[in-house]
Amino acid sequence: MVKLTINGKEVQVPKDTTVLVAARSAGITIPTLCYHPRLKPNGGCRLCVVEVKNIPRLVSSCTTPVSEGMEVQTETARLKEVRATIMKLLLSDHPVECINCRATDDCALHELTMFLEVHENEFTGERRKYDTRDGNPFIERNMEKCILCGRCVSVCEEVQGVGAIDFAYRGFKSKVCPPFEKDLDCEFCGQCVQVCPTGALLGKMWDRGLRLGQEKKAVDTVCTYCGTGCNITLNVQGQNITKVTASERHWNEGWLCVKGRFGYSFVTSPERLTEPLIRKGKELVEVSWEEALDYTAERLKATKEKHGEDTIAGLASARCTNEENYLFQKFMRGAVGTNNVDHCARL
Amino acid sequence: MSAKSIEIMVCMGTGGIAAGGDLVMDAFYSQLKAAGLEANVQKGCSAHKVGCRGLCAKDVLVDVIVDDNKATYEYIKEDMVERLIEEHIKGGKPVEEWLVKEDYHNFHDKQVKVVLADCGNIDPESIDAYIGVEGYKAQEKVFKNLAPTETIEIIKESGLRGRGGAGFPTGFKWELCFKNESDQKYIICNADEGDPGAFMDRSVIEGNPHSVIEGMAIGAFSFGASIGYVYIRAEYPLAVERLYLALDQARQKNFLGKNILGTGFDFDIKVKLGAGAFVCGEETALIASIEGERGMPRAKPPFPVNSGLWGKPTVINNVETLANIPAIIRNGAEWFASYGTEKSKGTKVFALTGKVKNSGLIEIPMGTTLRTIIFDIGGGIENDKKFKAVQTGGPSGGCITEDMLDLNVDFESLAKVGSIVGSGGMIVLDEDNCMVDVAKYFLQFTQSESCGKCVPCRIGTKRLLEILEKITIGEGTAEDLVRLEKLAKDVQSASLCGLGMTAPNPVLSTLKYFRDEYEAHLEGRCPAKACRQLLTYTIDAEACTGCGACKRACPTGAITGEKKKPHALDQELCVKCGACFDTCKFNSVGRE
Ligand SMILES: Cc1cc2nc3c(=O)[nH]c(=O)nc-3n(C[C@H](O)[C@H](O)[C@H](O)COP(=O)(O)O)c2cc1C
Ligand code: SF4
Ligand code: SF4
Ligand code: SF4
Ligand code: FES
Repeated sequence: MVKLTINGKEVQVPKDTTVLVAARSAGITIPTLCYHPRLKPNGGCRLCVVEVKNIPRLVSSCTTPVSEGMEVQTETARLKEVRATIMKLLLSDHPVECINCRATDDCALHELTMFLEVHENEFTGERRKYDTRDGNPFIERNMEKCILCGRCVSVCEEVQGVGAIDFAYRGFKSKVCPPFEKDLDCEFCGQCVQVCPTGALLGKMWDRGLRLGQEKKAVDTVCTYCGTGCNITLNVQGQNITKVTASERHWNEGWLCVKGRFGYSFVTSPERLTEPLIRKGKELVEVSWEEALDYTAERLKATKEKHGEDTIAGLASARCTNEENYLFQKFMRGAVGTNNVDHCARL
Repeated sequence: MSAKSIEIMVCMGTGGIAAGGDLVMDAFYSQLKAAGLEANVQKGCSAHKVGCRGLCAKDVLVDVIVDDNKATYEYIKEDMVERLIEEHIKGGKPVEEWLVKEDYHNFHDKQVKVVLADCGNIDPESIDAYIGVEGYKAQEKVFKNLAPTETIEIIKESGLRGRGGAGFPTGFKWELCFKNESDQKYIICNADEGDPGAFMDRSVIEGNPHSVIEGMAIGAFSFGASIGYVYIRAEYPLAVERLYLALDQARQKNFLGKNILGTGFDFDIKVKLGAGAFVCGEETALIASIEGERGMPRAKPPFPVNSGLWGKPTVINNVETLANIPAIIRNGAEWFASYGTEKSKGTKVFALTGKVKNSGLIEIPMGTTLRTIIFDIGGGIENDKKFKAVQTGGPSGGCITEDMLDLNVDFESLAKVGSIVGSGGMIVLDEDNCMVDVAKYFLQFTQSESCGKCVPCRIGTKRLLEILEKITIGEGTAEDLVRLEKLAKDVQSASLCGLGMTAPNPVLSTLKYFRDEYEAHLEGRCPAKACRQLLTYTIDAEACTGCGACKRACPTGAITGEKKKPHALDQELCVKCGACFDTCKFNSVGRE
């Protein structure tokens, strides 16, 4: 354990802890923007700077490991000034058009502006302007709103292992983009959307069909696409899903795949099957579950008697859990009596 | 002809070649042969290339040494070679009017050359030439006779500090790496040299690449690195070529490779070409670049000596730092420490440029005064204008004014007045330089070279630059100055890496010493008459002869008038390019 003081308060933390984590463990708030608890520290936004005794320059608390006897100050007048300057610089190169932004309820920039009480800005000047829109089907990329925190780059590399985006250019012209500034062409897992602290990255299908006067709710549930069973949160308004998010607190740590995150339109699709169907003559006819199950049992029995058990095969779905798949093969082997059992993930 | 030996040395650094050094060299080869001199004097006749000796402005420089009598010629072109051979080599009488003049000697007399000792003296493409001047002796001594700790102790005692900018004690850095246990360690030579105007590292590698290789091998042996990298910018093709050649030669002679000099120690050096980003000279960005990532700095700690290339302990040293090592080992720590000041030992190479008469590469003992550098070595101000300031440390540095000319040039003294030694850029400014414009120039550089990672540097330098631009076109206000200073300080203290931390220095230092110039701009005046937008051109009707030269020169047709009658200038159309001012022979165009 390492002992240090933060704002005069004695704190003990394990070796290799960063000053930021140590401060948070002691209930001390340090504003951060590029820091994300599940990603390697980036150190780029500089909002988390603190003063350390005997170090003349300011250090970023998210990257600096604690050391024995360290004396840290997180709330001095100088720090307040510098943090305000950083926020103002960021805002001076940001389209402050929050009224037209779909991220207002989920924007760290907005939150920090309020927290740091930056109500006036003496810095103005050129702003980055990007006219072209990314034509990919899932992710809206508003790079003018990007603050270059680098979270998306890190998550794509460190978590997803894809590396579809990176920084390009230098100086004020720096931006995050796919190679050669082509349209994004990747797994579209949306991890980058999840970690983006601003409105720079959004789902293209989000917020369709907003209703007025209907309660907004966040419903925690489990993704039905596969047996992995990621926890997801459906953001709903009335009967309408406005977007799917995932919480870092759950076992999948907020990570999802393209289907779980963006493939939710089926829920309200008019083509979605909601009742079993049996083909009667030429027509597929809606029936009750009772009838469907009886019919299936009867047909299986008859086929087995007439043609033998090995003329029957069973194919299970990746959308089932392991337990369900186990039961299914048990049923095929025990009840039907055949080893002809397989799973769609093999196809 | 009775000469027993003839040696001809032609400057073939990048500067020399640009001035036609290779053509001169070829002319010597072919004409010596045609004259039968080679056959006559046999082995005593040689013509070879040498690296830069610093005074590129006088290229092509040629030494002709006949029987140990050396004469140096300046501004030689290939068509002058014939007369040199006829009169000097055959006739025994040097061509007086082409000899270097007093200023060449003044330029060299007050210098002390350790790093550049053999640049411009030996053929950089020949390992034998290097061995001929005691090259690789130091490596042999270290590998065969000294324990690693002894070598490190010598470097510590010598007081050598890093020449790459920060001045970190080299021996201490090596010791930290030595103490780190690891299955793999690296040494990296930083030859990225991105400061505008700096070219000492290029000259060292072009002029004496083996000294750097030897320095690296000594370091590697003492702290236990088996792989070295030279990170060099691809814009230095000649240096890269000579480096590759030198590495091959060193491998052939077993100064590199397996079981070096029979000691059982393996060490080899790889070359990594940089693509010319200034920020890649910053050590953590440089490491990222070698690893194949985008060259972006990361926050320290951990420092590279603890976790560097591929996470292994790594020493990064500058070219000049490493080139000092062999000389220190050969001559001892005391010898090295006899040069310089209490805390800054040895010599330092500077690129002396700007408004001095003799611009070029100089090596001086630390502690030499600015006055000596500018007025003795540099020969004073060009066109005898008035000295205004000297800017040291390039885009990370600051300016020093006339009343501080007797300041010693060393790490501490320069830091005390708000500048730095840095990598050794030294730009002399005269009365025609506008200090706001100078600050703007450097900020343009740092802004476009910022890696974009952190907010204060990426956006802060942009806003600083915009304020400076506003001031230089006469639209600045008193609040702008306040804002400029405050933002400069915030960028300095909040940026992630050295680039952003030092980028505001040119602004802060000009604000400190030349605030009056800033204030003049607020009133719409540029005292140095350098900021175009603030100037007004007028034609003095009394002095105008009506020759029409200005009329023809003006790109916008702002000047009208009949021949031999006074001309008139339409301010509405004038774009303030100054063409009329420059063309008028009768001084009748005024500029205010
Ligand atoms: C923006 C930036 C650019 C730098 N460029 C160079 C460079 O071109 N060459 C160099 O040797 N050091 C450069 N440095 C300093 C290096 O980070 C490092 O301190 C140095 O190479 C260490 O070598 P030394 O101890 O021998 O000086 C640069 C630093 C910064 C912040
Ligand atoms: S959607 Fe996934 S794969 Fe594509 S850029 Fe974002 S994180 Fe990377
Ligand atoms: S797109 Fe979002 S996550 Fe990516 S760098 Fe920009 S602000 Fe950060
Ligand atoms: S200070 Fe500038 S160069 Fe350094 S990390 Fe920040 S943005 Fe990049
Ligand atoms: S949170 Fe530490 S630098 Fe961004």
